[in-house]
Amino acid sequence: MKFIRIKAIAKKEMLQIVRDPLSLAMGFLMPALLLLIFGYAISLDVDDITTIVHDLDRSSLSRELIADLTASGYFKVVRYAEHHREIGDSLDSGVARVAMTIPVDFSRDIGAGRVARLQVIVDGSDSNTATIALGYIAALSEIYGRRISGITLKPLIEIRSRVWYNPELKSRNFIVPGLIAVIMMVIAALLTSLCIAREWERGTMEQLIATPVKTPELILGKMAPYFFIGFIDMALSVTMAVLLFGVPFKGSLFLLTVISGVFLFGGLSFGIIISIITKSQLVSSQISVVATYLPAFLLSGFMFSISNMERPLQVLTRIVPARYFVAILKGLFLKGSSVRFLIADAVFLLLFAVITFTVANRKFVKRIG
Amino acid sequence: MLSESVERIKQMVVKEFIQIFRDKRMKAIVFVIPLLQTMVFGYAVTMDVNNIPTAVYDLDRSYESRELVRRLTASGYFDVLYTLGSPAEVQDLLDRSKVTLSVQINRGFSADLHRRIPTAVQLLVDGTDSNTGIVALDYATRIILKYAGDLAPSGSQLAARIDLRQRAWYNPELKSKNYNVPGVIAMVIMLTSLLLTSMAVVREREIGTMEQLMVTPLRPAELIMGKTIPFAIIAFFDMILVTAFGVLVFNIPINGSLVLLPLSTAIYLLSILGIGLVISTVAKTQQQALMSTFLFYMPAVLLSGFMFPIENMPDFFQYLTYANPLRYFLIIIRGLFLKGNGMEILWPQMAALLIIGTVVITLSALRFRKRLV
Repeated sequence: MKFIRIKAIAKKEMLQIVRDPLSLAMGFLMPALLLLIFGYAISLDVDDITTIVHDLDRSSLSRELIADLTASGYFKVVRYAEHHREIGDSLDSGVARVAMTIPVDFSRDIGAGRVARLQVIVDGSDSNTATIALGYIAALSEIYGRRISGITLKPLIEIRSRVWYNPELKSRNFIVPGLIAVIMMVIAALLTSLCIAREWERGTMEQLIATPVKTPELILGKMAPYFFIGFIDMALSVTMAVLLFGVPFKGSLFLLTVISGVFLFGGLSFGIIISIITKSQLVSSQISVVATYLPAFLLSGFMFSISNMERPLQVLTRIVPARYFVAILKGLFLKGSSVRFLIADAVFLLLFAVITFTVANRKFVKRIG
Repeated sequence: MLSESVERIKQMVVKEFIQIFRDKRMKAIVFVIPLLQTMVFGYAVTMDVNNIPTAVYDLDRSYESRELVRRLTASGYFDVLYTLGSPAEVQDLLDRSKVTLSVQINRGFSADLHRRIPTAVQLLVDGTDSNTGIVALDYATRIILKYAGDLAPSGSQLAARIDLRQRAWYNPELKSKNYNVPGVIAMVIMLTSLLLTSMAVVREREIGTMEQLMVTPLRPAELIMGKTIPFAIIAFFDMILVTAFGVLVFNIPINGSLVLLPLSTAIYLLSILGIGLVISTVAKTQQQALMSTFLFYMPAVLLSGFMFPIENMPDFFQYLTYANPLRYFLIIIRGLFLKGNGMEILWPQMAALLIIGTVVITLSALRFRKRLV
């Protein structure tokens, strides 16, 4: 292996990249855009749930209940129904997600010490929001029941809870570090998955084959510029996360750099494998979506926690490299984890990098036809 | 004249199909991508929180403390994986992300309970995953308070008794797969058609075969139709595939009209293929087409209500979603599957899709003509 040949290929690739400023710009724009969307637009916190109230009682007690509902901040009463039919219409059309009916004798039952009925219907299609909404309502009605009876008695068991690592339970702090892993995986694969297929498609591979360049030299040379771009993306993402979104970074920057390098190397080699096998840019793009984007997004635990998945899928996530990088990034950002805690995940990433690079070298046949 | 035009489009469609499927792997891809997504969304992707890995540090070792742990386990939300012997272990397990919640029951817990003296239970939560953290705290709190209430019934008897009757419509068991799988239809069509359309057109230009097409009697409109019809057919095939799979394997209900499904898919396709064509007129290489497609696709998915409710977004982003065809199609398709909505409710969504479709198709046709000359 000669360094000068790697350098020559890298230089050629770099020239080609620079000649296509649009792709390059998008390579930088993509992480920034995704971080902005996740940082500003998306929140997993459920509040302002649209609610329609059908108050048949029209008493001070029922009005108090509605006031409690609104004051909690979780519900936004968008409509007061005059007729039972309106409830069905509102839920059908999606105007409201929750419908609460307060029956005629609600306040009379409470006054007489009888069980007062309260009817709640939720739109269950979005099961997550529905479950949370039902939980809120159950808690609210319990508190309301105690309050209007003037009970201030403390429950027998006091719960002292503390939250570690992310004391304010901000979803942004949990999503952004993991998101960086997803971005890196997608970018790595998008950038490299076409770079060898393109040479075959355009016919320039024959020219490369005619040169004395050897397979590992060609692959390393091809990867070098993308490695560089990937690292800029990484630095950009981390800077944005810390400065713009105020996500704490408690770990070591040195560890972050080393592990990111290993992950990036593996991700790029993986993209190269796809490119080598398919020899077609169209097929390559489709495969890289299935093999990188979807698993990185859905099976890495970056947002959908792995412990909730069905057993077979939990096992499947073990072969998703992004899973390990997500765990490492969350540890580095929020927990300030040291090498001792990260080593197991880091070893998997190293293994991934070694295997993909070896396979890429094996699969590449420097021959025409 | 018209029949000649139809014949030319037909020839073009045939050529396109031969080209797409000459690569045997494409046949597999057209099958595998939709099925894989359906599987993953049917099985994996859920924001439902259960089986929360939990550690218990029980210093009291009494009947009451064991009963509390039993109730936590019996709820189905908590998986007690570790029973600890020292506080250092708690720290270690949380640091290594082995557990999300740790419950500490102090010595004297049962004694206090017997004497009706308020006592404490300590909960430690890993807040890294804020969603799970919140839900875990909420569940644990409710279970423990319920236990406290059962032990001292006198307090709760004084309170006004409210019988909360809860019902969930459309998805009574609150299963997330019922919500996600119909959405996959929208996702699959979007990704596959968008990427295939934009890349296939750019490929002709990159390889140089576009010039050959230009010397044929094909008119620009015929060329566009010939290029997009094959992908529309593939998209329809994928839609049927995911629907069949969702209904047969995941028991997703279809409560609405089966006529509206292909109709709305067709309208949705109009805007997706249009956007693919617009991208193809901007991109010069397949690399650019791939990057641009993703640059559009990812924000479109995130800002559609597919996984994250639109109402939770800041106003600015909520307005942005009005330009997103995925937003409308998701409402339609979920309405069709789960709510049994008909035309009388879904027409505004259909109209919006039709408008977006017309705009992007017109735009792409204008740009396409210019690029050809």
